[in-house]
Amino acid sequence: MLLECMMNGHAILYTGVTLAFWSTILIVGICYTIFDLGFRFDVAWFLTETSPFMWASLGIGLAISLSVVGAAWGIYITGSSIIGGGVKAPRIKTKNLVSIIFCEAVAIYGIIMAIVISNMAERFTGTTPETIGARNYQAGYSMFGAGLTVGFSNLFCGICVGIVGSGAALADAQNASLFVKILIVEIFGSAIGLFGVIVAILQTSKVKMGD
Amino acid sequence: MAELSFNVDHGYLEGLVRGMKAGILTSTDYHNLAQCDTLEDMKLHLQSTDYGKLLSSSEEDLTVSFVDSKLRENLVTEFSCLRSNALPPLSTFLDYITYNYMIDNVVLLITGALKQRDVEELLPRCHPLGAFDQMAAVGIARTPTELYSAILVDTPLAPFFQDAVSEINLDEMEVEILRSKLYKAYLESFHTFCKNIGGATKDTMCPILEFEADRRAFIITVNSFGTDLSSADRSALYPSCGKLYPEGLQLLAKAEDHEQVKAVADCYPDHKFIFEDREPGSDFKTLEDRFFEQEVKLNTLAFMQQFHFGVFYSYIKLKEQESRNIVWISECVTQRQKSKIHNYIPIFQGTK
Repeated sequence: MLLECMMNGHAILYTGVTLAFWSTILIVGICYTIFDLGFRFDVAWFLTETSPFMWASLGIGLAISLSVVGAAWGIYITGSSIIGGGVKAPRIKTKNLVSIIFCEAVAIYGIIMAIVISNMAERFTGTTPETIGARNYQAGYSMFGAGLTVGFSNLFCGICVGIVGSGAALADAQNASLFVKILIVEIFGSAIGLFGVIVAILQTSKVKMGD
Repeated sequence: MAELSFNVDHGYLEGLVRGMKAGILTSTDYHNLAQCDTLEDMKLHLQSTDYGKLLSSSEEDLTVSFVDSKLRENLVTEFSCLRSNALPPLSTFLDYITYNYMIDNVVLLITGALKQRDVEELLPRCHPLGAFDQMAAVGIARTPTELYSAILVDTPLAPFFQDAVSEINLDEMEVEILRSKLYKAYLESFHTFCKNIGGATKDTMCPILEFEADRRAFIITVNSFGTDLSSADRSALYPSCGKLYPEGLQLLAKAEDHEQVKAVADCYPDHKFIFEDREPGSDFKTLEDRFFEQEVKLNTLAFMQQFHFGVFYSYIKLKEQESRNIVWISECVTQRQKSKIHNYIPIFQGTK
């Protein structure tokens, strides 16, 4: 019976890791509560002791990397369908590069935002929470948030445009009049990446780091 | 979320097979072919389709069997192109498609071995899609049991033999019974495989395979009227992955004539239509033709979704149906019997 409970290797690994993770958290939490060490779980200490520069750098990193993941995902989904469909219908090759360009635009949004955010990081003197000042903390958190915003929205935008572009390529191979109609769907899909950029710009508009 | 990761391994092949599907003959092509008077005219019309210069070799005479073998060769070439570039799980899926032909070849070889025929004579008659490595070594075995233990146990068909040979000695079993048992094991295994893949593959393939299972059950029942196949033997041959399982199969095992089979089919709305009496004015269609029509309808549905394996199976089956159609039209043309020439099964009707 134990053998039947054994699933394949991947499933065992994932359930094992999840179980270990949650049981560690549970046991540590119970121990802290029992031994009256609850004060050690201090969110405020964490937020004030970590440097705003860490948050800023994380935000910049996430902005560019998640955007690139989204663009890459979309490009490979569309690209493989264009190559496959182009064997029997070579005319689709050039027109469908437009879908690839839409996916690439998503990566460009990411790098623009990364550059914009990174230009806002300035030096400040101050080592304790009081001397650093609230404005610097706000700057760090805003830059992190903006990076998350633009990163995730570009990730999903890239995937969306990729899947629709794949459908567009295969439909174009069957019937040339379908391409322009499906392109409209792609345009709506790529608009959502733009929304992420707009919100990120708004988030970082009030950022001022320094003394 | 199949859409996210399907194209990594299978995107190119899906695009390729959809391009090949665009070359399937349309109703205009069939119309042109039906109007031909000789096979030469048909060859000319086929040159303007995706088949191109297929029939243009000058050495052999243009007969219907030559056309048939060339069409089959074309299908085998396309399939090999797909199979050689496939990664798992698509490669396993494509292998499952070939097991059907492998079963036919094995049965042919066993029949030949029983009748002491020469292996060289049998090999050209095997279907090329079902070729396996040990085919040439079949001549060594003298009895079917020997054949199985020496050769067939290494082929991919070995798991399908386990159900068939466990109780009965291979020598005594009739070859057709063996074929039905192998096919039943194969169909159930394929159905489980598609179900495990899940997603759109399951949604397109499982109805097709369930229909195959039900079709087998009906055909076995209808063909066994008048033979001495007992009801218990018959029910051991019915594949259990269809919609008829389990009540319909029990009723079918007890059926003794066509009316009772029709009564069973009436309980299932999908099959009712196939056994329905025709209206007086329409063309006469045999039971086989109606099953083919339904199969074509189910196969065309596979192309409505993207990012699944069903398109590969459906493409092979539709190409086979197209070959059958072209051979039918060629036969009508060569025998000058144009009255029944429109009894082919149209594929993708209503599209340009």
